[in-house]
Amino acid sequence: MTSEASQTDCPDNQRIVITGIGLTAPNGNSYTEFREALLNGKSGVQDYEIRYFGKTFAGVCDYDERRHQSRKDRRRGTRAASVGIYCANEAVIDSGIDWENTDRSRVGIYVGVTEHGNVETENEVYEIKAFDYDTQYWSHHHNPRTVANNPAGEIALNMGIIGPHYTIGAACAAGNAGMIQGAQMLRLGECDFALAGGVSESIHTFGIFAGFNSQGALAGEGDPEKASRPFDKHRQGIVVAEGGCLYTLERYSDAKRRGAKIYGELAGYAMNTDATDFVLPNPERQAECVRLALKKAGLEAEQIDIVSTHATGTESGDLQECAGLREVFGSSDKTFVNNTKSFIGHSMGAAGAIELAGNLASFEDGICHATINVDELDPGCSLPGLVVNQPREVGPVNYILNNSFGMLGINSVVIIKKV
Amino acid sequence: MSPAEIRDVIIEILEDIAPDEDLTGLKDEIAFREQLELDSMDFLDIVMELRKRHRIQIPEEEYGELASMESTVKYLTPKMADL
Repeated sequence: MTSEASQTDCPDNQRIVITGIGLTAPNGNSYTEFREALLNGKSGVQDYEIRYFGKTFAGVCDYDERRHQSRKDRRRGTRAASVGIYCANEAVIDSGIDWENTDRSRVGIYVGVTEHGNVETENEVYEIKAFDYDTQYWSHHHNPRTVANNPAGEIALNMGIIGPHYTIGAACAAGNAGMIQGAQMLRLGECDFALAGGVSESIHTFGIFAGFNSQGALAGEGDPEKASRPFDKHRQGIVVAEGGCLYTLERYSDAKRRGAKIYGELAGYAMNTDATDFVLPNPERQAECVRLALKKAGLEAEQIDIVSTHATGTESGDLQECAGLREVFGSSDKTFVNNTKSFIGHSMGAAGAIELAGNLASFEDGICHATINVDELDPGCSLPGLVVNQPREVGPVNYILNNSFGMLGINSVVIIKKV
Repeated sequence: MSPAEIRDVIIEILEDIAPDEDLTGLKDEIAFREQLELDSMDFLDIVMELRKRHRIQIPEEEYGELASMESTVKYLTPKMADL
């Protein structure tokens, strides 16, 4: 067994920094639009209807699919990859790197996904229904659309990237897991420039709505913009969302050499596993994951300025996460806590990456965005630093901790440091 | 269907599978691949769409008949005459 040195003690060629952000969320198609929406309390949840399931709510993105992809390639590919292609191109542009002269064999693509292939499989089953389920009408596009690496592979095709590409299947912890994978590969020298984060096309599969509904965990009553309400006593459950966020990650030494702007440094991260239930979270393991990330970053809990929670608006998930946070952060009133799903719903494999992006601007503006739709705070979620309904000026922000957890007990935490 | 109607059917399919292409100047006697950016998956799309939309079955050994508009229409005329 080996113990890892604090990730802040690394030499510059082992420090990993964020140099570009490309995102689409239900309430914004860029880092700045998204931040503005979060500070203005703008929801991205709307009425939605999908085959078989019927009317429901969802977080729907309206980015320009044609901005970086031809109609033909979009038709041939998947929505998840379309989201990924948009985010990847926007991130590279935002990074300011001389892309034309970048060695594409040294670029790696690490895309977190909750699942992949359900949308296409449902579509094909629906299509062949019209032919009495005769499988000779099953599309030859099905396999390239549903292989697990599809979203990353289509990004590679679109951008001529010939380094490693794959997806990281990590349920709703996948956005963080994609970032962590990208950082690890940079540290190992497997690539020099990483596109890393997560994407989700989940709202295009009826199965996810039906599954959560059968589980008693789907929101669907009243005003769509008020439906996603983590920490509220009258929470309804999950609002499913689509979206994506990919970061360009570089070694600090490379970023500094080219004079790149730096959004923040990956100060620490951790992943662990509950091994206790298929769907129910385990606050002890979550707290351990947070502590492990703090240890790797060489930090004490009270040094974290903002905690971006995973909470999805289910009673069990909200209460368990708060229990875990209470255990780590105690009664600290120096650490502020918020939640992004209250604005956009649960963007599944993209959630960790998107939710972090919504908070990074705090390094510059010293504002912690709120968790909205809290009309009556659940006493079990009454954390001292919870920022409710209105953004709060919190002063200098140096560290942000981002929680992202998923089914089968997968936990992930990243800590980003102001540089 | 007449040969002219069959041509229209193929144009409709091409519009769907190659939506970025301008088909107005398509030369019927020249191979599709020499005029359009079509690969093997696109040709399979033509086969699949004929199957789905018109229940036309094209054996794999006869896919070569779909090389150009002229050869495609000629090949399909007897198969689609009664549609």
